[in-house]
Amino acid sequence: MIQFTIQDRTGDRQPIEIPEGINLSLMEVLKASDYNILATCGGMALCATCHVQVLNGLDALSAPQDAELDMLDTLPDAESDSRLACQIRIDESVEGAIFRIKSDEPV
Amino acid sequence: MITTDICIIGAGPVGLFAVFEAGLLKMRCHLIDALPQVGGQLSEIYPQKPIYDIPGYPAINAQVLVDNLMEQIASFNPGFTLGERVEGLDRQSDGSYIVTTNEGTAVHCQVVVIAGGLGCFEPRKPEITNLERFEGKGVAYMVKNPEQLRDRRVVLAGGGDSALDWAVFLADVASEVTLVHRSDTFRGAPDSAEKVFNLASQGRINLVLQSTITSINGNGHLQEVSITAKDKTVTTLPADHLIPLFGLTPKLGPIADWGLTIDKSAIHVDTTDYSTNVERIYAIGDINTYPGKLKLILCGFHEAALMCQSAFRYVHPDQKLSFKYTTVNGVPTF
Ligand SMILES: Cc1cc2nc3c(=O)[nH]c(=O)nc-3n(C[C@H](O)[C@H](O)[C@H](O)COP(=O)(O)OP(=O)(O)OC[C@H]3O[C@@H](n4cnc5c(N)ncnc54)[C@H](O)[C@@H]3O)c2cc1C
Ligand code: FES
Repeated sequence: MIQFTIQDRTGDRQPIEIPEGINLSLMEVLKASDYNILATCGGMALCATCHVQVLNGLDALSAPQDAELDMLDTLPDAESDSRLACQIRIDESVEGAIFRIKSDEPV
Repeated sequence: MITTDICIIGAGPVGLFAVFEAGLLKMRCHLIDALPQVGGQLSEIYPQKPIYDIPGYPAINAQVLVDNLMEQIASFNPGFTLGERVEGLDRQSDGSYIVTTNEGTAVHCQVVVIAGGLGCFEPRKPEITNLERFEGKGVAYMVKNPEQLRDRRVVLAGGGDSALDWAVFLADVASEVTLVHRSDTFRGAPDSAEKVFNLASQGRINLVLQSTITSINGNGHLQEVSITAKDKTVTTLPADHLIPLFGLTPKLGPIADWGLTIDKSAIHVDTTDYSTNVERIYAIGDINTYPGKLKLILCGFHEAALMCQSAFRYVHPDQKLSFKYTTVNGVPTF
């Protein structure tokens, strides 16, 4: 099992456990766990509606690719610990990480 | 006031195709979109991506599909109001509607078709103290008319392609251009980034890197911006205009307050004709929901065809509708 933590927009933290070997992105896990995120582009690093901040475990994650960095550059509130949830694969690198949902709530 | 048969809110692929289906039934359309260009998500989010599930096209580039749709509907002469967001809807005593935009444009129509997709694309706003207070008083999120910036002191914020492109363009127009970016590198097109660095070395662009704008001030109109560097030092710069360029994000917006049945930002429709719970208002494309809904262009096209068959009775109440293939009569024009 891979374990990590999600902090929602109200500051609430919930642990999440995912079996190893499941090929999902963090965005897909957030959607499946009923977190309110848009993920408009379906994971193509084109919309940034899956923006998260990595509060713990940033260095262990695989490095962002160009498309992700380009998109993050267009966000007014991106920080050095910002990532796009759709570009983060759920594997052992996310063990123990804490992700804060940064994107706006869909209205 | 603009008068038409059908007012279509949203000029995405589905709104555009609805013009064609309406035109076949001799109904005129006026489209309104908050974006300055037509095409909805295709033009705004993924213009250069190929789409593989449009019937008859093994692959088609998103922007080419939009261009083709524009060509397909040209003979029906639709009206367009672009760069304005629909805000108001007033029902008239005869059942018709007046649709109004944030800029005061009014469209009188027999039928309203909401093809609003994900909603209005609105600018992403940075957290800057007083930002909203100066909107329209020096703060704007897009450059509508560069001439208004001639010989003015302009501050741009952002690090994407549009921030780079406008910095280069405005270097020849404004009296002073400052580009503020939180990092020390630009990931936009390398060519544009190089131009910006060159203009900066010639003193024609004032580059403020590793910094963010934290507050703005003025007396009725913007007068100065305060910039905080990574090392927390704050500098204040006189400025007449601030243009934060951080892209757009979709929001449902005012449509949510029109008394329509809405669930999770989508409008409930009757799948026999894609009508909403309010008479003469239809919703097609990504903005609607019903059991089995798929958010695909193809599905929106189908919905547009059925919607038009139903809307016909409001536009031509005295005529009987008979279904004809386009292969029989060709495409009529107005
Ligand atoms: C990255 C990506 C890839 C995709 N790939 C495919 C694919 O391969 N095949 C496929 O079939 N679909 C694909 N889609 C989905 C497809 O883009 C949508 O189904 C389609 O755009 C829906 O069209 P639409 O006209 O309903 O809405 P949109 O394209 O969202 O257009 C709606 C328009 O309405 C405007 N609007 C909304 N509210 C207002 C208002 N109040 N006032 C004024 N204007 C308003 C908006 O500005 C917008 O321009 C993809 C989507 C994305 C993001
Ligand atoms: S889902 Fe669009 S960028 Fe992640």
